[in-house]
Amino acid sequence: MQEFELRASDFGLVLMNPNQLIVGRGTAEHHPMEDFLRMDRMPHIWCSTCGLGTCLTAFIAAVEESTIPREDIVVVSGIGCTGRAAGYLKFDSFHTTHGRAIPYATGLKVANPRLKVCLISGDGDLVSIGGNHLIHAARRNMDMTVICVNNFNYAMTGGQAAPSTPQGAFATTTPYGAFERPFNIPFLVDSCGATYVARWTALHVRQLTISIKEAMLHRGFSFIEVISPCPTVYARRNRLGSGLDLMKFYHDHSITKNFASTRECDIKFQQDIIVGKFVQKDEPTYLDAMDAQMKKTLGAKFVPYVGPMDPGADSGRTKSDART
Amino acid sequence: MKYWRKPLDAERKRAPHGNVHVIFERCKGCGFCIAYCPRQVLEVSDEFNRKGYHPPVVAHPEQCVNCRLCEALCPEFAIWNTLDEQEVEATK
Repeated sequence: MQEFELRASDFGLVLMNPNQLIVGRGTAEHHPMEDFLRMDRMPHIWCSTCGLGTCLTAFIAAVEESTIPREDIVVVSGIGCTGRAAGYLKFDSFHTTHGRAIPYATGLKVANPRLKVCLISGDGDLVSIGGNHLIHAARRNMDMTVICVNNFNYAMTGGQAAPSTPQGAFATTTPYGAFERPFNIPFLVDSCGATYVARWTALHVRQLTISIKEAMLHRGFSFIEVISPCPTVYARRNRLGSGLDLMKFYHDHSITKNFASTRECDIKFQQDIIVGKFVQKDEPTYLDAMDAQMKKTLGAKFVPYVGPMDPGADSGRTKSDART
Repeated sequence: MKYWRKPLDAERKRAPHGNVHVIFERCKGCGFCIAYCPRQVLEVSDEFNRKGYHPPVVAHPEQCVNCRLCEALCPEFAIWNTLDEQEVEATK
């Protein structure tokens, strides 16, 4: 029986103090998160009662709390409803081709190891078409944060069945109910070697904020699955009501089990959802392992690559480059 | 505020008070803030905004304890809290 050190933050206790969740400098006229958003693109295209906006607020709050310099954060996303997130966030952000968010992010991390690479993408993008990239990034323990927003279908293209659609759920391509076995995504990434795995719903904003913050400060492949309501396609086809009804369902049917075995975390159609932080362990990342192996083979000849800019000298960034 | 028992430090501590700000035209009427406000500060307005939704109205502003859950839950970035100015003065 493995013992884990449980902290108060694992139970969301820290944020009971409202002063802990401080997102910036809100005034009576100015929303505190507007500094982190491209307001010229607002209002966003996400439907009313969609949970994706809530995921963005959690991400922004986590960035603010983690005190990572903003110019070091890169947001990458793929295609789909969730793929729009990179376009709305005012960071260095990449909206990549379908399923290829992780290869882009891997390239960014390898080219400049000082960056904090965050991915926000959907289940169809990361687990389906980008499934191979996901398992290999987890296997290599690439130092990146992956936020996978799971709404159980391909929502943007009209609600086709995805590898996360639970058995028995209706989708455009499964008019008689889905019969394929869906992925248990935390188990998938855990078995491939991810070193931080968590799952929350869009309703668990405080816990999600803590989790994203922990994942960003964690060295290694961090994966957070966020269960999000899709009112227009998934809920409508399955007659589940609006996104608010799904939020109430999450409220009643999520069971927090920190460090539960990911094997038991599969999602059945409209049944209890196990949420929590499942895995947190320290293992050498891809770049650590590469440096260690090169040093072993080449000895003193090996010069570790620290990125395009020498941290000791002028950073190479000029004032005009700084994002406002 | 109703307590199920009197807190031991009730004389020394008191709940903060916040102000709720709503951008009427940005709201898409999802109702998360109204449903999950722990103090029932918000209610659905009778008016429509330009998009055709019913945004929340601050029905009981004196009840707000600045927990900022509405701000965290709002998918449209249309609602937020600030600590009441008198409160800020008192803590100085």
